Amino acid sequence: MPIMEKGLVINHQQLAQDMYVMEFLAPSIAKECKPGQFLHVRPGNTNDPLLRRPLSLYDVDQEKGSISLLYRVVGKGTDLLTGLKVNDYIDIMGPLGRGFSLPESPKNALLVGGGVGIAPLVYLGRVLKERECQVTVMCGAANAGQLVVDDKFQQLDITFLSATIDGSAGYKGLVTDLLVTQVKPGGFDIIYTCGPEPMMDLVALYAAIHHIWGEVSLEEHMACGVGACLGCARRLKASDETYAKVCKDGPVFNMKEVEF
Amino acid sequence: MKNISAGQDIDLRVNLGGILMNNPVAVASGTFGYGREYEDYIDIAGLGAVIVKGTTLEPRHGNPPPRIIETAAGMLNAIGLENPGVDVFVNQYLPYLFEKKVTVIANIAGNTIEEYATIAARLEGCQGIAGIELNISCPNVKQGGLQFGTDPVMVKNVVQAVKAETSLPVMPKLSPNVTNIVEIALAAQEGGADALSMINTLMGMAVDVRTRKPVLANIFGGLSGPAIKPVALRMIYQVYREVDIPILGGGGIMNATDALEFIMVGAAAVSIGTGNFVNPQMAGDILAELYYYMQENDMKSLNEIVGIAVQK
Repeated sequence: MPIMEKGLVINHQQLAQDMYVMEFLAPSIAKECKPGQFLHVRPGNTNDPLLRRPLSLYDVDQEKGSISLLYRVVGKGTDLLTGLKVNDYIDIMGPLGRGFSLPESPKNALLVGGGVGIAPLVYLGRVLKERECQVTVMCGAANAGQLVVDDKFQQLDITFLSATIDGSAGYKGLVTDLLVTQVKPGGFDIIYTCGPEPMMDLVALYAAIHHIWGEVSLEEHMACGVGACLGCARRLKASDETYAKVCKDGPVFNMKEVEF
Repeated sequence: MKNISAGQDIDLRVNLGGILMNNPVAVASGTFGYGREYEDYIDIAGLGAVIVKGTTLEPRHGNPPPRIIETAAGMLNAIGLENPGVDVFVNQYLPYLFEKKVTVIANIAGNTIEEYATIAARLEGCQGIAGIELNISCPNVKQGGLQFGTDPVMVKNVVQAVKAETSLPVMPKLSPNVTNIVEIALAAQEGGADALSMINTLMGMAVDVRTRKPVLANIFGGLSGPAIKPVALRMIYQVYREVDIPILGGGGIMNATDALEFIMVGAAAVSIGTGNFVNPQMAGDILAELYYYMQENDMKSLNEIVGIAVQK
C-alpha cells in the first residue's frame, strides 16, 4: 500500500554534470517497493515549483530501510532537489504504479537502458539476480562521464556492456546499434527497457523479431501520480480509442501493448 | 478528522444551500477522481465533501496528450472531461462511496441544456448524492462547458432545466473567463441555484520554444493552483456582495491561511483542488488548522467570519 513518508537523507552525491544519486531512509515505503515502481517526490515546500516529480526507484535496501533515486536535473524541480543535504528530510509518496513483471523461474534477462533511463534497471537487476536470473545490461550514454552506474552492476555480478555516442567508453554509437550488431540473438528469454522513446521503439522491435517477451517503462508529465487527475494520458496503440494512464496503468507496460 | 467535528463547542458543519457538509473543507472536481484513488492517504469520509470527476451522459475519452504542464505557481490542464459516463458513475462508483458514508457532490457536464437535464434526471433518487455541481465552465471541451458559463441567459436556462429534474441542491461552478462575474452569478441565482462554486480554471496556454509549438495538444488549458488565488478571491468578494446564496470558494488554496482568506471574502466553505496533487492530505491538514484557528479565536462557527472582509 502506498503511503506518504518523510525520508531522512543519508547520502546525496553528484555523479556527473547533471546526474545525482540520493539515498534516504524511508523504511515504511522501502518494504513495499518493487522494481519499476516510482516515488512521487516533492522537491521543496514551495509554490513554485509546485507539483511532485515522479522518480523511478534506482535501488532499495529493504533491510536497511533505504531507497536511492538517480535523477537528472532537467528543470526547476530537480534543480531544487539537488539542494537537499544529509539529515534533511524529503517528502515522498509511494511506491506508485505498476512495476516490472518478475519471472517465476530463473531466466536469461537482457536490460537495455538509455541515459537516466538506466535508473530503474539497477533495482530490477538486483532483484533478478536474487531470483537467480542471468542478467546482461546494455547502457547507452552520451559519453563515459554519463555512464554513472557501471560499478553498481559490477557489484551485482551483472554483465555490463556500454555504448557511448562519442566512443569515450565501450561501443561507439547508439546502444541499439550495439544490441543489433554486436549481440547474438536467441540467448535471451526476456527483455526490459527504459530510456528515450526511439531507443525503446527499436528494442521492442528487436524483441518482436526474435520472439522475446519484454516490458518497457514509460515516462510522462504527472500531477497526482495516483490515477485521479488523468493528466499522464498515453495512447498505447494508434488504433486505441482510450488512453492509458502512465501513473496507474504503468509506468511499465508489455512491449506488445505499446506503439512508439 | 471525524473527531475534530465532534469538538465540544465548535460546530464545523456547513449547510451549503441544502448540501449538508460535516465540515467546510471539500475537494474539487477533477482533482480527486472518485475519491477511492486517495483512500490510501486520507479518510475520504471525513472530508466536507468529495466533488467527484465531471460526469457526462456518454463516456468520453478526453483530449490527446500532452494534457498537463506545470507553470509558475500553478499548472495548465486540458483533460477534456475524460469519464466513463453517468451510468458507470451511478452503478460502479457511487455505491462504494455511499457505503463508505462519503459526502458526495456529483459534477455534471453536457453538450446541450437537454443533456444536463437528462443527467440530473438520471441521478435523481440515487442514494449517496448530497448535491449537484454544474460544470458550466470547463474550458477544455469543444462543445458545452465554457460556452454555457459565459452567457448569463444560458446560465439561467441550464440551472432552471436541471432544477426541474432534481430534488437535490444545485450548485453551478462559475467560470472566471468572463468580463462580469456578478452578472453570471445573478443569472445562476435567478435560475434557482442553491449555491455557487467559484472558481473554475482560467484559460491559458504555454509554448515549447524548442519545438515552437503550444505545449498542450489542446493548445489551451485551464490554469489552476496558487497563481490564480488572487483572481478567485476578487471574484468571490464581488459576488458575495450581490448574491444571497452561499459560495463554495476555491482557487489555489494550499493552507489554512489561504482558506481563511476565501472565507473572509464570503466563502461559506472551501474546496481544495490542485493542492491535493501536492499533498493528498492537504484537506485534512487545513481542516485541523481551521479548527485550531477557531479555538484560538474563541469561535463557535465559521459563520462568524464568512464575508467579514467584505465592505457591503
